[in-house]
Amino acid sequence: MAANVAPIAAAAAYDAARVRRDFPILATHVNGHPLVYLDSAASSQLPQPVLRAVEDYETHSHANVHRGVHALSQAATSAFEGARERVRRFLNARSTREIIFVRGTTEALNLVAQSYARPRFGAGDEILITALEHHANIVPWQMLCEQTGCTLRVAPINRRGELVHEEFAQLLNSRTRLVAIAHVSNALGTVLPVKRLVEAAHAQGAVVVVDGAQAVPHSRVDVRALGADFYAFSGHKMYAPTGIGALYGREELLAAMPPWQGGGDMILTVSFEKTTYNDLPWKFEAGTPNISGAVGLAAAMDYLESLGIEAVAAHESRLLALATAELAQIPGIELIGTAAHKASVLSFTLAGVHAHDLGTILDSQGIAVRTGHHCAMPVMTFFGIPATARASFGCYNTEDDVARLVAGLGRAREVFG
Amino acid sequence: MDLKDLYRDVILDHNRHPRNFGRLEGAGADGEVLHADGHNPLCGDRLSVYVVLNGERVEDIRFEGSGCAISTASASLMTEAVKGKERAAVAKLFDQVHTLLTRHDAAPDAALGKLAALSGVREFPARVKCATLSWHTLNAALEQGAATVSTE
Repeated sequence: MAANVAPIAAAAAYDAARVRRDFPILATHVNGHPLVYLDSAASSQLPQPVLRAVEDYETHSHANVHRGVHALSQAATSAFEGARERVRRFLNARSTREIIFVRGTTEALNLVAQSYARPRFGAGDEILITALEHHANIVPWQMLCEQTGCTLRVAPINRRGELVHEEFAQLLNSRTRLVAIAHVSNALGTVLPVKRLVEAAHAQGAVVVVDGAQAVPHSRVDVRALGADFYAFSGHKMYAPTGIGALYGREELLAAMPPWQGGGDMILTVSFEKTTYNDLPWKFEAGTPNISGAVGLAAAMDYLESLGIEAVAAHESRLLALATAELAQIPGIELIGTAAHKASVLSFTLAGVHAHDLGTILDSQGIAVRTGHHCAMPVMTFFGIPATARASFGCYNTEDDVARLVAGLGRAREVFG
Repeated sequence: MDLKDLYRDVILDHNRHPRNFGRLEGAGADGEVLHADGHNPLCGDRLSVYVVLNGERVEDIRFEGSGCAISTASASLMTEAVKGKERAAVAKLFDQVHTLLTRHDAAPDAALGKLAALSGVREFPARVKCATLSWHTLNAALEQGAATVSTE
């Protein structure tokens, strides 16, 4: 009984109009129309509490971290390390030693490729990825293969944009040293069953790296429950500023890895004969970090949890279902990515109208969508299309945004008659 | 900005029914089909331009590929405009098109003919590359730079 009632109660409680008021940029007019922002999968907008946290930090607490005995340096260090603890709690990691601040998902994945895999892998070793990966989870592994002689294997997807599990299982073998998978596909919205894939990979002795960029804004991520060895994400897709993200890594793996970049902060002592490296997590954070970014990221996590990640996810999932049903009614629309389990992304083409033209026509009506290959060219090649238009939903989108999108697509059909 | 300025009837017509579309096989008077590929990585537009010269004159030209309405129509209009022209005249025309696409104060040159329909593109800076892709690719073909031209 309670289980049946709960989702309805949650639906009634979520007030998207109130959430919108937290995001000043949503009051913008674009080309004479109130902005409809449907590009959160590329980069989400920032709410007042995040903007304020960054400004407060820069106004009252800024100095360099881990360096001074003076009051501001201590304030900055405590803000920065406090943010690390916030990230640990958000991901349910065991220790802050497992949280490395990076620029974003891309840097995190490159760190794993260069510091974990490069010293260990060689000819005969295999890396397994899926056909729905973002370029950031393809290219670092291709570079690694060139550097070490290991081989990249790609598990295929089906026409709905779902991973073909039988083929994944076949490609996974004792030569597989590392499996790198998206949690949620940025181009198709497909949610991968990460826990199950991790179990299969571990059974073959492979470590698993998860690209969580599209998952963290839409679901509660518990790295221990997932069993992932590494989990990477970016702040700017979850209402935090750009240029900050984090890599979670299991401590025993991180401890055994050499530093990635050299410089200040990642050392304990330096002489010209011998340098000793700092402890985790600072061993992987050479140079002055993005302190205000980390503060903003922590504030974004507070914000998202104040709304309730589950409530946000339920709201977005209702919008996705509504938009999917509405677009299916429009002649000439083809949805690209129709997986049974999807999150927040609606990719589509309109017959006779190239995605790039669609983007311009929607923009002229104040509607922001992403058009192009979404940094997933192999996905476009698989579906035999050069590009799609992609609407993606965040905590601030509404039914009205969906209605404006539908009307905008109607206008595109008129223009191209 | 007005969509009708960008998507004029001429543009929509050339997008729907591109002229001189397809691969150019066989040999011209000089015995060679010049060819180059163009790519706009931002939006995935790809096109190939094939040219046959007779001395300095563009005897025949065709293009193929897939792209947005602006890049397809621009390529189609270009093939019509340059066919029969000397290389020097083609270079001059490209200059005039470039000015048309990027300079807000430029009045369309009478010499542009139907190409003047592209003037609306300058109000949409993100789309200028779509309109110039075919011209850059034609240049590469004329210089017989077989490498792929990129707008990025």
